Amino acid sequence: MLTEFALYSDRLLMAAVGVYVLAMILHGLEFARERLENDVLVGAGGPPTPEPPAPAPLPPARPATAPRVQANRFGRMAVALIVLGAGLHIVSIVLRGVSAERWPLGNMYEFTSMICLTAVVTWLVVLRRSPAMRPVGLFVLLPVVILLFLGGTVLYAQAAPVVPALRSYWLVVHVTTIGLSSGLLLVSGTASLLFLLRRSGRFASLAQRLPGADVLDRLAYRTTIIAFPLYTFGVITGAIWAEAAWGRFWGWDPKETVAFVAWVVYAAYLHARATAGWRTGSAAWINVAGFSMIIFNLFFINIVIAGLHSYAGLG
Amino acid sequence: MSTRTDTPTRAHRDPDSRAWFGVAVVRNAWRALTSMRTALVLLFLLAVAALPGALLPQRSLNRNLVDQYFADYPAIAPVLDDLGFFDVFAAPWFASIYLLLMVSLVGCVLPRTVEHASTLRAMPVATPRKLERLPHHGTAVLDAGLDEAAGRVRGRLKGWRVREDDDGAGRTFSAEKGYVREAGNLVFHLSLIGLLVGFAAGKLFGYEGQVIVASGGGQFCNTGILGYDSFRAGLRVDGTDLAPFCVRVDDFRAEYLPNGQAESFDASLGYQSIEDLEAGRVDEWRYFPLAVNNPLRLEGNRVYLLGHGYAPRFTVTFPDGQQRTGDVQWRPVDQVTLLSEGATKFERPGVTDDEQRRTTQLAVTGLLAPTTSGGDLVTSVFPALRDPEVAIDVLRGDLGLDDGRGQSIFQVDRAKVDSGELVRVARANLLPGQATTLDDGTVVRFDGVREWVSIQVSHDPGQNAVLVFAVLMLAGLGLSLSIRRRRFWARLTPVDGGGTAVEIGGLARTDRAGYGEEFDRLRADLLQTPEKDA
Repeated sequence: MLTEFALYSDRLLMAAVGVYVLAMILHGLEFARERLENDVLVGAGGPPTPEPPAPAPLPPARPATAPRVQANRFGRMAVALIVLGAGLHIVSIVLRGVSAERWPLGNMYEFTSMICLTAVVTWLVVLRRSPAMRPVGLFVLLPVVILLFLGGTVLYAQAAPVVPALRSYWLVVHVTTIGLSSGLLLVSGTASLLFLLRRSGRFASLAQRLPGADVLDRLAYRTTIIAFPLYTFGVITGAIWAEAAWGRFWGWDPKETVAFVAWVVYAAYLHARATAGWRTGSAAWINVAGFSMIIFNLFFINIVIAGLHSYAGLG
Repeated sequence: MSTRTDTPTRAHRDPDSRAWFGVAVVRNAWRALTSMRTALVLLFLLAVAALPGALLPQRSLNRNLVDQYFADYPAIAPVLDDLGFFDVFAAPWFASIYLLLMVSLVGCVLPRTVEHASTLRAMPVATPRKLERLPHHGTAVLDAGLDEAAGRVRGRLKGWRVREDDDGAGRTFSAEKGYVREAGNLVFHLSLIGLLVGFAAGKLFGYEGQVIVASGGGQFCNTGILGYDSFRAGLRVDGTDLAPFCVRVDDFRAEYLPNGQAESFDASLGYQSIEDLEAGRVDEWRYFPLAVNNPLRLEGNRVYLLGHGYAPRFTVTFPDGQQRTGDVQWRPVDQVTLLSEGATKFERPGVTDDEQRRTTQLAVTGLLAPTTSGGDLVTSVFPALRDPEVAIDVLRGDLGLDDGRGQSIFQVDRAKVDSGELVRVARANLLPGQATTLDDGTVVRFDGVREWVSIQVSHDPGQNAVLVFAVLMLAGLGLSLSIRRRRFWARLTPVDGGGTAVEIGGLARTDRAGYGEEFDRLRADLLQTPEKDA
C-alpha cells in the first residue's frame, strides 16, 4: 500500500515536470509571437529598437493584432499549466511523505523537489501581484525543470525511513525553512540574472520582451528580504538541532561553513543595496553569487565533500 | 577643538599642525574603516576566506583527511599548512578579517545608535517648498474648509509622528513613520557582536571529551582529563575544575531496518548529578534514556550518545592453569555492517623477569563480525549482534608495551611484527565458546561479545548567550527588513470660493522597495482620487 503511494508520488512528479516543460514551451511561443508582432509594427528588417517600452499588460490603446492576441493566449495557457504543475507537485510531495511515513524532506531528492515547489509557488504569488511579469516565467521554470530532472535522476532515492540522527522535529523546522528560503532565493537569483541581462543590452530581441530592469531588480530585492530572515532562522534552528544531535551548535562542518558563506554574501547584498554606487549592478552580481553559494552547498558539498550533513541518500 | 583642518595637506603645511596631521590620518583611517564600502569589502573577504574551510580538510574536523591530503599532495600541502589553510577558523588572517569587520561594525553602529536616540526625540523636518519634486506626489482640491481638511489629514496620520505648522497661507503637515526599522537594524548589529562574544566565551571556557563506556554497567565520572579517550579543552581550561558528575551505561539497544540501516540507538543511563554526589548519595542512580538527539543536560554539561561498537571477550588459559580475561573495545571498520577490528592484549601472569615478559606477551587481533556470513573468510552481513564470529591471529612476543611509546588500543605495533619480535602463533575463526590452542598449550577462548557506547561530554558556557543573541538578531533583522522608514507631507491652502487645495508628497527614506502602494492608499484616502500612479 505504502510503496504504491511512493510510486504515485514519483509518477506525479514526472507529470509535474512534463507540465512545467509544456508551460515553458508555451512561454517560448509567447515570446515568438510577441516578436512577430513587434516586427509587424516596426517593419520587418527594420533596425531593432534598443530600449523599447516594457511590454506592460496590453495597453488598451494599442490595436490588438492577431499575433499579440495569440501571444497573450499562449502566456495565459502557460500560467494555467504552471498552476496545474504546482498542484501535481504538491500532491507528489504529500504522497511521498505518506509513503515514507515521515516528513518528506529526508534526502536530496526530496529537498530539491521542495525547493522547486517553493520557487514555483513564489512565482505564482509574484504573478498574481504583478501580471506584467509573465514573460519571466520561462526563466523561473528553466532552473526548476533542470533541478527536478537532476533530482529525479542523479539524486533519486527510494522512499525510506531516515537514520536516527535525522529523527527529530528539528528536521521539520530546519530543513523546511532552508528549503523555503532556497526556493525564494532561486526566484531572486533568476530575477537578478535577468536584470543583468536586461541592462547589458545583449540578446536585445530576448531581453526587450522582459519587464523593465527596475521591475526585475525590485523583484530580486523583495524576494531576498523575505528569504534572508527565513534563511537566518533556518541556520539558527540548524544550530539548535546540531547542539542536540552532534554535541555542538556550530562546528564549521563543510555544510555549515558554506551556509555561513552564503549568509555573509546575502548580508553583503543587503549592504550593497544601501551603498551609493553599488545599488544596482554590483548588488545584482552579489545576489547571483549568493544563490550560486546555495546551489554549491546543495550539490558540491553534499556529493563531493559530504561531512556530517551526509544525508543525501546517494551511493 | 573647533579648528577646522579638514584636509591633511593643509594641516601639513602649517608647521604648528604636525599633531593635527596625525589626528587627521587616524581620523581618516577610522572613517574609511567604518564606511559601508569597507564593510562590504570585509564581508567579501570573510566569505572568500571561509571557503577553504569547506573545500580543504580541516584538522578540527578530521585529522586523518588532512594526513591523506599531505600524502596526496606532498608539494603544496606543507605550504598550505604554513599558511594555516588546514585550520582556517583558527588562522590569524581569518581572525583579522572578522575582527576588522567587528571594529568597522562597532564604529558604524555606535554613532548610529546615538544618532537614532536623538532622532527619536526630534520632530519631523519642515515641509519642503516644492512637493511636486518628490518621488510620490499628488494634488487635489477638496470640497471642505481648511479646518475640516486639516482634521481629515490629522486623522489619517494616526500612528505617524506628525508636526503641524501654520505657514501663513495655510497649513502644513510633516509626518514620519518607521523608526523601528533603524532600531531593528541596530539591535541586529549589536546582537551580532554579542553573539560573537558568546561564541568566543565558549571557545575559551568550554571543553569536549569523548570516552568509550562498556554497556551493561560501565561507569564514567567527569573528574579529570585522564578519564577521557580524547579531550579538547578550551584555551582557559586546564581540566582541573570539571563538574564531577557520573554516568553509568546500564543498557544499549540498537534497532535496524532489514537492509541494515540504523533505525534507533537508545542507551539506558544512570547518572549522579553534582548535587547527588555532594549530598553523598553515591549509591543512587537517576535514570535517563540517552539517545541520538536526546542528550542528558546536567548543569551546563551535556552528555551525548555518539556511537557504539563491540568488545569481544577472550579468556586465555595459560599452561600452568592461570586465566586472564580481556574485553577491550574493538572499533568498527565498516559503518554499515559494523565489522570491527581490534587487538586484545595479555601479559602472562606471574612472569617478573623483564626478558621473559617480553617474549610471552600475547595479542589477539583480527576481525569481529556481529552477524557472520558463515564463510571461511569472516565478513559481517548485518550490524546487529545476531550471530557473532571472530577471525583472529594470536601473536606472541614483545608487544612493545614497555617502550614508553603510546600505542593504539586497536592495533599491535607493526614494527614489532616486522622485526620479528612479535610472531603469529595461531590463526582461527571462532564462534562464541570455541577455543584455539597454541603450540605451548595455551588456550584462547572466545567467550562472547559485549557492546560499548561512545559518549561525549560537552561544556559550553557561552551557548545560551549565543542563542539569546541569535534570536535578538533575527528579531532585529525582521524589523529592519519589513518596516520602511518613510516621510509624508501635506500642504493645505484655502482656495477662493470655498474648498481647500491639498498637495501631498512622500519620500521613502531607505530603499526603493515599495512606498508606492502605501502612498497610493494615502492619496486615495486624502484626495479621494482613484489609485493611480502619478
